[in-house]
Amino acid sequence: MRARRLLPLALLGLALPAAAVEYGKVLPEKSQITFTSRQMGVPVSGKFGRFAAQVAFDPARPEAGKATIEIELASIDAGSAEADEEVVGKNWFQTKAFPSARFVSTSVKPLGGGRYEVRGPLTLRGHTQDVTAPFAFKTDGQLAVLDGTFVLKRLDFGVGQGAWGDTDTVANEVQVGFRFVVAPASPGGAK
Amino acid sequence: MSREHELKAPVSYTPVAIGLHWLVALLIFFAWPMGVYMHDLPLSPQKLQYYAWHKWAGVTVFLLAILRLAWRTSHPAPALPEAMPRWQRQAATGLHHLLYLLILVIPLSGWLMSSAKGFQTVWFGLVPLPDLVGKDKELGELLEEVHEALNFTLLGIVGVHVAAAIKHHLVDRDDVLSRMLPFLRRREN
Ligand code: HEM
Ligand code: HEM
Repeated sequence: MRARRLLPLALLGLALPAAAVEYGKVLPEKSQITFTSRQMGVPVSGKFGRFAAQVAFDPARPEAGKATIEIELASIDAGSAEADEEVVGKNWFQTKAFPSARFVSTSVKPLGGGRYEVRGPLTLRGHTQDVTAPFAFKTDGQLAVLDGTFVLKRLDFGVGQGAWGDTDTVANEVQVGFRFVVAPASPGGAK
Repeated sequence: MSREHELKAPVSYTPVAIGLHWLVALLIFFAWPMGVYMHDLPLSPQKLQYYAWHKWAGVTVFLLAILRLAWRTSHPAPALPEAMPRWQRQAATGLHHLLYLLILVIPLSGWLMSSAKGFQTVWFGLVPLPDLVGKDKELGELLEEVHEALNFTLLGIVGVHVAAAIKHHLVDRDDVLSRMLPFLRRREN
């Protein structure tokens, strides 16, 4: 452990030991942001096609990890053409007024066993609330895979107005999943 | 009941057969128009509810159809009236077989369609049915057409079935309808 604490110093000038890679380049085509809602008790999954994610993570210094994620809400695939049309409308995301959702991490803490927890404000449809998401870190060759989920309460963000406020048909809880595949930061990068 | 059972050709349907026949009929009279109605609704919580109710009723029909067939194998139907011409008896038997087939394959096509469209079926919101096919837009649309075609076949056959039942009762004045609808029997006496 002690050796690991010294690694930040090592980073300043010395060659990087293999275990202390800082990952910083998200590969968008390998990454994904998905969600599962419950409609009349039926789990229905979807995903977002376009998002910009900046992730910096070094397993040797998880507390220094950072993530900024901006999701283009209109890129949603909500499971069917009919649903895609509905969810960008005024009762749901109202993408005309709120085109994107944004998450900025404020802290990352280790949970042990290759698991971590990231926390920070999520802004969606004009509402900002802190969310906390546990995630797992794995390496896959040169790449890092950060895999996590959290439960978002859609009504906290005003998502699903009017008749859609009825949580008996569409549950308030939406399971959000993310998987970021991250390459090592380019050498000499300031992050 | 056990005495009736021993007879080769019972004179009436068992109460179980009668109960299942009408329960299935009621569920279909609910699910059928619901299917047509819900399809054209704009997306809303009601629409999701109607889809769920439609599927729950349809899956229930499927289970009751299996029960019915199981019951039927050990409890034969009463013989058709001697007075009926041969072709009518054959037609009646043939259409009954088709009806049994349809109340199995219509729910099956609906279930597969739902899976192909990416919506699992969860019976009464409690019992998830496995998705036997994966999400596949084209397959989903094909199965929707199959479901629709089968349903219009059912509509036609039930039309004939009901017309025949009424004709038996009002024109032939035999007991074909009353043995499936026992409360009509009193009027016969
Ligand atoms: C005996 C049982 C059933 C009957 C009589 C029935 C009848 C119908 C009818 C008449 C329609 C409208 C067809 C049209 O005009 O487009 C329909 C649509 C539909 N049925 Fe069924 N159905 C049955 C069972 C099921 C089951 C078990 C499921 C699923 C588990 C199901 C799922 C659907 C769906 C999803 C549609 C709508 C297709 C769409 O609008 O996209 N049905 N059904
Ligand atoms: C969608 C609804 C219906 C289905 C799927 C259906 C199906 C069937 C089937 C499979 C049988 C044969 C029973 C057997 O021999 O094991 C039967 C018998 C019968 N059904 Fe229906 N039926 C429906 C609706 C109706 C309606 C609305 C009427 C009344 C007007 C009716 C009247 C009868 C009668 C009278 C029999 C007895 C025929 C006989 O004694 O041989 N059914 N039905």
